[in-house]
Amino acid sequence: MMTDSAPGTSGAVIEVEKVTKVYRSGSLSVAALRGVSLSISSGEYVAIIGPSGSGKSTLMHILGCLDVPTSGSYHLAGENVGGMSEAALAEVRNRRIGFVFQQFNLLATMTAWQNVELPLAYAGVHRSDRKERAMEALARVGLAGRVHHRPGELSGGQQQRVAVARALVTEPDLILADEPTGNLDSTSARDVLRLMDELHESGRTLVLITHDVEVASASGRVVGIRDGLLTEDDSRYLESVR
Amino acid sequence: MSWLETLRTGLNGVRTHRLRSSLTVLGIMIGIAAVILTVGLGEGAQAQVSSEITSLGTNLLTITPGSTTSSTGIREALGTASTLTTADETALSSPTVAPDIKAVAPLTESSESLTAGTSNWTTTVVGSTPTWVTIRGESLAQGRFIDNQDVADHSAVVVLGSETASELFTRGDPVGQTVDVDGVPLTVVGVLNSVGSSTSSSSVADPDDTAVVPITTAAERIFGGTSRDSLSSIIVQARSSADLTAAYQEANHALLALHGITTAADADFTITSEASLVSTATSVDRTLTILLGGVAGISLLVGGIGVMNIMLVSVTERIREIGLRKALGATPSLIRRQFLVEASVLGFVGGALGALLGILGATFLPGVVGDPITISPLAAGLAILVALAIGVSFGVYPASRAAHLAPIDALRNE
Repeated sequence: MMTDSAPGTSGAVIEVEKVTKVYRSGSLSVAALRGVSLSISSGEYVAIIGPSGSGKSTLMHILGCLDVPTSGSYHLAGENVGGMSEAALAEVRNRRIGFVFQQFNLLATMTAWQNVELPLAYAGVHRSDRKERAMEALARVGLAGRVHHRPGELSGGQQQRVAVARALVTEPDLILADEPTGNLDSTSARDVLRLMDELHESGRTLVLITHDVEVASASGRVVGIRDGLLTEDDSRYLESVR
Repeated sequence: MSWLETLRTGLNGVRTHRLRSSLTVLGIMIGIAAVILTVGLGEGAQAQVSSEITSLGTNLLTITPGSTTSSTGIREALGTASTLTTADETALSSPTVAPDIKAVAPLTESSESLTAGTSNWTTTVVGSTPTWVTIRGESLAQGRFIDNQDVADHSAVVVLGSETASELFTRGDPVGQTVDVDGVPLTVVGVLNSVGSSTSSSSVADPDDTAVVPITTAAERIFGGTSRDSLSSIIVQARSSADLTAAYQEANHALLALHGITTAADADFTITSEASLVSTATSVDRTLTILLGGVAGISLLVGGIGVMNIMLVSVTERIREIGLRKALGATPSLIRRQFLVEASVLGFVGGALGALLGILGATFLPGVVGDPITISPLAAGLAILVALAIGVSFGVYPASRAAHLAPIDALRNE
């Protein structure tokens, strides 16, 4: 799905134009992305599906402003993030993106609410507001009774829900989930996917990266990736792998 | 994120790894305590020496007969020739010859046996004039000192040092009693106050174990001999310690002229100041302090390397945490700050505990080693600041390594 409007002027949250990413190590260079264009509108729930080595992690890093493209442009909520400094990228990540990782990535020494308030601390929100907002986000993911537990005292599914609460708490333009169910049993995985659905219904923009067709089918739109190129369209891809 | 917030995060990081943090703190603590103690030891020694200088008087010169190098080029021991005479003393006393000299005391000394009743005591008998007591800064516990009349009359009187008095007269008041010095009966007219044991650096006899008689009495009645005019030494007191150099020059010129010597190298007398002896002792102490301080400084450096080592381990171990914090919006400078705060907390706590240990050591060690240790609050405060600086400077490299980790590399680590 290509957009005709100029990048950054449409209502699109993500506007990726002919992005390539080449990794160089010594004389060897590997092209992980070979010209990817993608537009995602506000409120969409998109799954990016591909096998390992397809470049989906690289795409996720670029979408998450964790890495910069070798060429091409990327506008996030109308803002051109190409050529930004590390500090500016950090600020964009803090303000615009909520991350959910496969490994949960919660800090073990902090309680659930302290983990959730962390992005607010980097955003410079006042302490008292932070705690209140962290509590609300935890209530939203159904963990109101677990706010003072440390990650070690929570199940995998609960930990991932804390991570989702952390991704929500800043009210970001985009929630980026990288294999969010990869480390969970099927029941917990279903819980987390149901939570994603709820977020989608409440108007959030979600991008989910996975290799799992079943997980991808939960989304409203599926984008396939293979050998660094998008195989835009969805149903056919799903058909082909089924 | 505010500094306070960063401090809280840093403290949390230190608290999480209690054992590791305490071991690192221990390294800094030992280094700081060692530095504080050696500097305190040096300062204590110097304070002791300078109090000795004050008690001796910094404005005194001692002139002794004999030269350091004879005209034939053979080094002679001090006092081998009695080239100082009462005439020299008279010349130096003249305000026209030596305007910067305040007072002069001639000295003849000999070890003699003193007898009082059945008691018997051998001590240094000093023949001098009334100026002796003021120049030497002595005072009288009982009775009076010898006066000018005694000197003029060759009176048979003696003033005893406190130790000599207690050795000869176990009971009763010594004043008015008679003491036999080498067969000559002398009346005790006074007893000197005790000044405590003499300093090791001092060239003069123990002032507590002495007996002072008029110089004329000593020459005529006690010591006898052929050269009744010759003196063991002359003590010269300058107007002030600032005039000491001028007094030295005046005495030197006057004596050279009086002795008919043209080149200073041929001088048949030696002028020394107590201050110069003490300053030699001080410089020895200082060398020792610098040496010990250097060793202590090295242990502090090792402590600093310990901080760096632990911070590097901490960065490697928390690579995921750093990646996550970056993904959540921590800028490189915030990450750097967090690790710098951790390193400086280690340094500061180590410094504070080290200063405490040093102060404890300064309280209890002097009883064991017998040397005074002076720790000023300034030194303790400075030591804590130094420890903080060590924490910061050895934390810079690990902190900037953490700051420059790419978030994806940090997150990828599994």
